[in-house]
Parts: sequence; structure tokens; C-alpha cells
Amino acid sequence: MNAQRSNIGLAVVGWLVALIMFFPILWMVLTAFKTEQTAFSTTPEFLFSPTLESFRTALAQGAGYWHYAFNSFFTAMVSTLLGLALAVPAAFAMAFYPSKRTDFTLVWMVSTKFIPAVGVLIPIFLIYKSLGLIDNDWGLIMLFTAMNLPIMVWMVYSYFRDVPKDIVEAADIDGASTMQTMFRVILPLALPGLASTGLLALILAWNESFWSLTMTDHNAATLAVFIASFKSAEGLFWAKMSAASVLTVTPIVVLGWFAQRQMVRGLTFGAVK
Amino acid sequence: MRWGAVIIGAGVAGLGLATSAGAATTITVATVNNPDMVTMQKMTDEFTKAHPDVKVNYVTLPENELRQKITTDIASGGGQYDVITVSNYETPIWAKNGWLKPMDNLPDDYQVDDLLPTVRQGLSYDGTLYALPFYAESSMTYYRKDLFKKAGIEMPDRPTWDQMKAFAQKLHDPSNGVYGICLRGLPGWGQNMAFFDTMVNSYGGRWFDMEWKPQLTSEAWHKAASDYKMLMNKYGPPGVTSNGFTESETLFANGQCGMWVDSTVAAGYVSDPDNSKVADSVGFAQAPYQTTKNGANWLYSWALAVPKSAPHSDAAQAFVDWATSKQYIQSVAEKKDWLAVPPGTRQSTYDSEGYQQAAPFSSLVRTAISSADPENPTADPVPYTGIQFISIPQFQAIGTRVGQIMAGVLAGQTSVDQGLNQAQQFTARLMKQSGYDK
Repeated sequence: MNAQRSNIGLAVVGWLVALIMFFPILWMVLTAFKTEQTAFSTTPEFLFSPTLESFRTALAQGAGYWHYAFNSFFTAMVSTLLGLALAVPAAFAMAFYPSKRTDFTLVWMVSTKFIPAVGVLIPIFLIYKSLGLIDNDWGLIMLFTAMNLPIMVWMVYSYFRDVPKDIVEAADIDGASTMQTMFRVILPLALPGLASTGLLALILAWNESFWSLTMTDHNAATLAVFIASFKSAEGLFWAKMSAASVLTVTPIVVLGWFAQRQMVRGLTFGAVK
Repeated sequence: MRWGAVIIGAGVAGLGLATSAGAATTITVATVNNPDMVTMQKMTDEFTKAHPDVKVNYVTLPENELRQKITTDIASGGGQYDVITVSNYETPIWAKNGWLKPMDNLPDDYQVDDLLPTVRQGLSYDGTLYALPFYAESSMTYYRKDLFKKAGIEMPDRPTWDQMKAFAQKLHDPSNGVYGICLRGLPGWGQNMAFFDTMVNSYGGRWFDMEWKPQLTSEAWHKAASDYKMLMNKYGPPGVTSNGFTESETLFANGQCGMWVDSTVAAGYVSDPDNSKVADSVGFAQAPYQTTKNGANWLYSWALAVPKSAPHSDAAQAFVDWATSKQYIQSVAEKKDWLAVPPGTRQSTYDSEGYQQAAPFSSLVRTAISSADPENPTADPVPYTGIQFISIPQFQAIGTRVGQIMAGVLAGQTSVDQGLNQAQQFTARLMKQSGYDK
């Protein structure tokens, strides 16, 4: 009886925590359908007649939503694919052919993430300026790839580590080349892990705002820049900004939903052995 | 893998399409998101019709990010922007650095003499104009005529702070949802400090003496800070330290403030029955003063400038001329209405019958802007120009920090004495580091 009661208690707490965490998102979605006046009202309103006005304004802001959405999609996608193309061979070498320095290299790679981005802003800005990469999709892609690479290598590495070494040895004995072993044997086994790595990189690149805001203006401006353009010291903008945020998070949330099963499998891959 | 190739291919094709469209000159305009700038973006067709070979791209950013990005760009000679949005705070500083193109070859039909003199002066350095005003504002007093009548009091043309205290006491009725007076409390050099600086000025205070020694512990500062705190704690709305311009405007429009001292730009909003519950009972007066009228109301303007690093400076100049012209104001009035025109820049706007009819407060605003003299912002002489700011690069840091301290004073975390001491020490240290105070 006692155990059951504590179970109910846990469920209630779980629901409460979930509600509290979800509430800001719910509020954002509600605000997106309000007029600016109701959005700013000092007494919060849950019941109101919804309007699509904010979405209409948001879609037309600046160069238009689709311009920014394309840039976000393109840079996130390409940087993720590039990242995987670099991370997989690196992790493969470190997982199956470790040397004395492998552990150090891994830690060093992750340690590059410890530097605050703003600390390297000026040198990167100056280099990009001379290379003409400011406000350029490919400049952003390089930044996103470099930004996500340490995490991607680390994740893929840990998935590879869960593949029994015997399999590699067996492939060797059967006469497979290193390339064949990687592509034919290891990759299919670690596919769920690769998928969740890719998805995480995609989300991180999609959500990135610091570099997007500082390195782009118009041509390569992503959705982060789009959202920032709604902030104002004057006039009301909450509803419009909420609409813009809804438009921005929806694609990635939908993608996350579809990939949820893959993601959970990837995250627990190897843990249940 | 094949999918990846398809996606990359599609992306490259998309990129190619995006770049080939820009065969004509494309100018990049960096701007902020405020209602007047949004109107400008919507009016751009008129400009491109007159200049078919020019395409305009807008980069809209929050104020602080914009200032930071433009600074990085100009200081490194980046040449990302053809037109930048600047205020009268940075224009003289950047002009002194040699970052801006002087506005000395304006066409005759631009009628540069039509610009309001104080606004023009605020955008000049060494007698040369470096940015053209798009919009300008001062500060003034808003009040509720109905509540004043009920309380049996009358608002003078230009109240003193002592009168404001007495009025606030009579109007304060929180049980009926009316607070005596609303003022900005949100920390920030452009938020609470913009307002509080004007209050200090009118109490006879100043930031520095002629030797650049900070004067923040003087009696004038002390009196101004004590009155500010008293007004907000006794007769102000709750949570005042989270109220900036927009929050206060909404409170007033909702009928929750008996009086409000803030930007002249709100006059249109609070008189519009679509937004404001008090549209037919709102009254206007000049900003309050105490011992002096010098610097009792601020002067702020958003202007357009062409950086020296602009890649297409001719097209950029044509755009700036257009957006700040008399014709632009005229066509906004025709296409939208007179209340939608950017206020505060040209005498012709205030002389036009259409504007006077649409905006009954217009002559008051004109008086406020014309009386705000950044060259004489205080009762005692000062080595700086600027009313609610000081035209030195260090002021952003000083204003931000002192703004936080003042919010702490309002919230009761620190006393007025402690707060002003902290502010004085911070300012003195920063000025010493910058080499002002020897």
C-alpha cells in the first residue's frame, strides 16, 4: 500500500515538474496568437480570441521568414554532415586503434569547448574579414562544424567503444580492409548512435545564436538573427516575437519528434548490455 | 550518404540563386526595431522606384547588439554596412574618431535649415553635421485631466518637482488601481538613467566639474535621489525597477498612473483610443524642473549616417537623404496618416496644418525639443555636452553601473547615501583609468 502511495506521489511530482518546465513554451505559443495589447496585459489572460496577425507580421519581417529558415536549415544540415564525415574516422581510429596519446587527445578536444566563444571572437572576426567569409553561409558552416566537432567525436567514440573488439578482429581475419571494416561492419552497428549524434549536432547548430548574430547580416542570416530583430526598446513586440519563436522552434521540434525513437535507442545504446 | 549529396547540391544551387539576384548595387542598412523604422522599411519601394539600380537590405538588431556590431565593423574597417542607425550619443564620438562621412554636400532641396536646431546641433561635431535625423524626442509630463479635476488641482504649463510631489500624493489611490506617478525604474543608461539624469540636472546637479571630478555625492544629487526614491516608494506602482519606457507607457494607457514623465514619443500612443483607455482624458505639460530648467528635459534622436568604410557610399547617401527628407514625411502622411510620420526632426512637420490637427500635442513637443540644449545641460558649467548622457565613450559603462545602483536604491537594498557613494567611487575609478581625472 505504502509503495503504491509513494508511486502516486512520484507521479504527481513528475507531472508538476514537467508542467513547470513546459509552461514557458506553452505561454510562448499562447502569446503568439494574442494581440500585442493582450500579450502585454498585466493580468495574464488564458482565454482570448486568437489572431494570426503576429504570424503575418513575423513572416514578412526583414527579408522574410523563409530566407532565414533556409539559411538555418542549410548551415545546420551541411555542418552536421561535415561534422559526421570528420568525426566518424577520428572516433574509429581512437576507438579501435588507440595509441598512448588517445586519451589525452580526447580530453584536449573537449577542453577546446571550455573557451568562451567571445574570447576568440576578435581573431576569428578579423580572419573571416580578410577571407571574405563574413555574412557567408560557408563561413558559418565552418564555425558550426568546428563548434560541434569535439562533442561529436566524443559521442561517436563512446558508441564505437561499445562495439565488441572481437568483431573488428573477426573482420580483419576475414580479410576486410580498414575502410571495409568501418563502413561495412562498424557503421551499421553504431547507426543509432550516429543518428543521435547527428541530431544533437543539428539541434545545436540550429539553436546557435552567438556566432550567427556576430558573423552575419543579411545573406547568411539565420533564424537566430530573425528573432533578435524583433527586440525593441520602444513599442510592443511580445506577440510578434513569440510568433517568430514558434516559427523558429517548430521545424526542429517536429524533427525531434520523428527522431525520438532513434534518439532514445542511441542514447541507451550499449548501456543495457 | 546519397541524401546528403542531394541536400548539399540543393543548398549550393540555392546559394547560387541567392547571389546572382544582386546584380545591381545592394546597400545594407543597419537599423533598430522601432515603429518608425518599421514604417521606413515598408516605404522602401518609393526609394527603389526612384533608384531602380539600388537594392536595399535591412539588418535589424536590438539596440545594444547593433551598437556593438557597428563598432566592431567600423573599428576593423569591415565595410559591412552602407547606412547605419546612430543616436546623438555616439554621433559626435564617432565623428571625432573619423568613422563617419560628413554630411556637407546635401542637395538644395534637402533644406538642411528646416531641421530643428537643437537636433541638428546634437548630430554635429565641430560645426559639421555627421548624421541626418530620422526621428527625435524630448521628455514631458503626461497627466490625467479627469483625476486632476476630481482632486481639485490644476497642472501648470511647467510644474516643479515640489508640485509633482503634492499632486502625486493627492492622486495616489492604489485601492482603485491608480498610482500617483509612474517613472522609469528599469536599470540602464538609456532607461532609468535617461530620466534620472534630467531630474538631477533640474535639481542643479552635474556629473563632473570643469576638472572632470565626479560630483555624485553633491547635495543636488542627494536631493534628487531622495525625491525619486520617495516618489516611487510612496506613490509609484509596485515593482518599479522592472518598468522601462514600454512598461510605463502601458501602465499609463491602462489608466493606472495619475502622472507620468517620459518621452514625447508616447503622446500619439496614449491619445489613440485603439491602444489607450485614457485617450480622451490625457493632458500634456512640459517636463518638471526644480531649481533650474537647464537639462530638465532630454534630447534623443535616431539618425542615419554613412560610415567612411561604406562600400557603396553614393547609393548610401542617396538613401539617407531620402529617408530623412521632407518628401518622405509627406509621403508617410499621405500613405498612412500624419500620426505615423517620424516626429521631432523638421520645422515643416510642425508647421503643417495636417500634423497640427492630427497631433494636438505637437506644439508642446516642439517647445520641449527646441528647449533641450545639450550645450548647456546644467546650472553650473560642465566640460561635456549631452543632457541625459555625456558624450564620452566611457559614459555607457558609467551610466549602466549607476543605473543599477539607482535601481538598488529604489528597491531599498541600499540607502541613498550608500548608493551615491558607490556611484561616486565607481565613476572616479573609471575616469582615472581612462586618464580624465589626473
